[in-house]
Amino acid sequence: MADLGKQVVDGLVGVRDWVDDRFPLMKGWNEHLAKYYAPKNFNFWYFFGSLALLVLVIQILTGIWLTMNYKPSAEDAFASVEYIMRDVDWGWFIRYMHSTGASAFFVVIYLHMFRALLYGSYKKPRELLWLTGMALYLVLMGEAFFGYLLPWGQMSYWGAQVIISLFGALPIIGPDLSEWIRGDFVVSDVTLNRFFSFHVIAFPLLICGIVGAHILSLHEVGSNNPDGVEIKKNKNAEGIPLDGIPFHPYYTVKDIVGAIVFLIIFFTVVFFAPEMGGYFLEHANFMPADPFKTPEHIAPVWYFTPYYAILRAVPDQLGGVIAMGAAVMAFIFLPWLDRSPVKSSRYRGMNYRIALTLFVISFLILGWLGMQPVTPLFTWMARICGLIYFLFFILMPIYTAHDNDKAVPDRVK
Amino acid sequence: MSGQKRLHSMTLVFFMMVSVNAFAAGGAKLLHMDVDLGNEASLQRGAKTFVNYCLSCHAAAYMRYNRMGTDLGISDDVLKSNFMFGTDKVGETMTVAMTDADSLQFFGVSPPDLSVIARARGADWLYSYFKTFYVDENRPFGVNNLTFKDVGMPHVLWELQGMQRLAHRESEDGVHHSPTYADLELITPGTQTEKEYDRTVRDLVNFLVYVGEPIKLKRGKIGVWVILYLFVFLIIAYMLKKEYWRDVH
Repeated sequence: MADLGKQVVDGLVGVRDWVDDRFPLMKGWNEHLAKYYAPKNFNFWYFFGSLALLVLVIQILTGIWLTMNYKPSAEDAFASVEYIMRDVDWGWFIRYMHSTGASAFFVVIYLHMFRALLYGSYKKPRELLWLTGMALYLVLMGEAFFGYLLPWGQMSYWGAQVIISLFGALPIIGPDLSEWIRGDFVVSDVTLNRFFSFHVIAFPLLICGIVGAHILSLHEVGSNNPDGVEIKKNKNAEGIPLDGIPFHPYYTVKDIVGAIVFLIIFFTVVFFAPEMGGYFLEHANFMPADPFKTPEHIAPVWYFTPYYAILRAVPDQLGGVIAMGAAVMAFIFLPWLDRSPVKSSRYRGMNYRIALTLFVISFLILGWLGMQPVTPLFTWMARICGLIYFLFFILMPIYTAHDNDKAVPDRVK
Repeated sequence: MSGQKRLHSMTLVFFMMVSVNAFAAGGAKLLHMDVDLGNEASLQRGAKTFVNYCLSCHAAAYMRYNRMGTDLGISDDVLKSNFMFGTDKVGETMTVAMTDADSLQFFGVSPPDLSVIARARGADWLYSYFKTFYVDENRPFGVNNLTFKDVGMPHVLWELQGMQRLAHRESEDGVHHSPTYADLELITPGTQTEKEYDRTVRDLVNFLVYVGEPIKLKRGKIGVWVILYLFVFLIIAYMLKKEYWRDVH
């Protein structure tokens, strides 16, 4: 038996070496896992990168199986979703994983982005890492928007109608642009078909490509950490960072723990509350799309509501569209707006800490306001929160340059 | 329509959509009922009411008879004899013979498919709706509804409930107030007592919730095992992590 075992192992090693002679197998393994040195002091906030990758895999796999039974036509789309929910074996499970996965994606990404704000992960030398991350965020928003039309319910239809018509507010090209996006004068079968194409192939390809670039640029510059200390500055004789540990096995086993905790929460939603009280699957979307009947209350899904609240807070439609666009894009400029030499908020002064706290609070309030019907009070609340949101970015060069930052230690704690 | 005009009307529609948020119950809070999908007898009674009173106009075109039979413990023979009137193939879905053109002529509106109505409206809304029909001579079928104002549907359960009327009360300061559920009073009794009718409606809403998502009967039970499995996996994964990280200082 022992001989047989040895033969099998030798055989596998032989295959590995055969491949390695023709492909950078061990090189890639070492560069990105076994000899990629990550800071040893990652905390809770460092789970969300690997979790985003996990959710991406969930979305792609469930998406492939949904596509086997979904029909992208105005006539059949709604019925085909119900067919998946009832007649396809485990179709309901696949669909709920996908719909829960959409919301989970944004939960994970927002926390991942917050981590960057908390520890200054966007700062030099990680500007390009931040930009690829922002590109992913924008593409993900598009992916979610296209996907939301596919069930062809009332919210799918009218949500798309509202968002596309926003492009119509742009001067000169506006009306033609929104018509070009829809491919029709109203949201129709044509729109559904092209959104399906974007959702299942164009944008997922983009996401996978940019994720690759994101990880490559991360591994080029190395990971930041909760202390904001560059571990590459302190290396031993072999050139290994003193505060670094190989990503594999240390962070692979740690991320597995994070992944299971995430899956426990994820499957609790899938099995016990897939609608999440109307936040993940909106009630009105169980009415088939009806171009002649506008729903009483239109609200986008929760992950878009902060921007929706900003859009509605501006009295002028074009102004609202510009404000909404600016709110999304503002993150891009963070590496250049932030003038503090210190990365981590652990060692930053009160200016930044207070600004970040106010920003997060106003972002959350805006998210809540975006789900509510418009009232004068809510509109004013949205204006105040929107103002705080923008001031966080606009005043950043000033309050970060004059902050009472503390001394940053040489080594991670 | 010119581009500019279309843009204008889009804007108008957009602001109408976000500013109007009213159910037609005069601001009244919906009546509440506890959904109980574990009560198979209730689901069976609800199914009976559904096929007898609803299924002649409304379809549930995504729901198959034999799926209902399997889930609710009804045999194919009983399905055929007691639940199916338009077909004898148990694998078919619950469709109706009435065409959209006919229904438009009869009711002025096509009765919506009820497959997922409970998911769109919610159980409390349906429960309130079935209990708040009242006499209104100004309506084509002589009835109106407090939950769904000017609904096109006649009160098909009137035989069971009897007829209610809306008492117009004036509050103490003499100001007219919008009607609430408390203003409804029974004027013609039906074949069922108030308590019996309440049970009929609860059974029917229970059934509609089931029809909205048949897997709801089972997914919670499956979920318990999935979560239990993950907790076991979590313990093992955590021990593995601890073991590896012992040498990190």
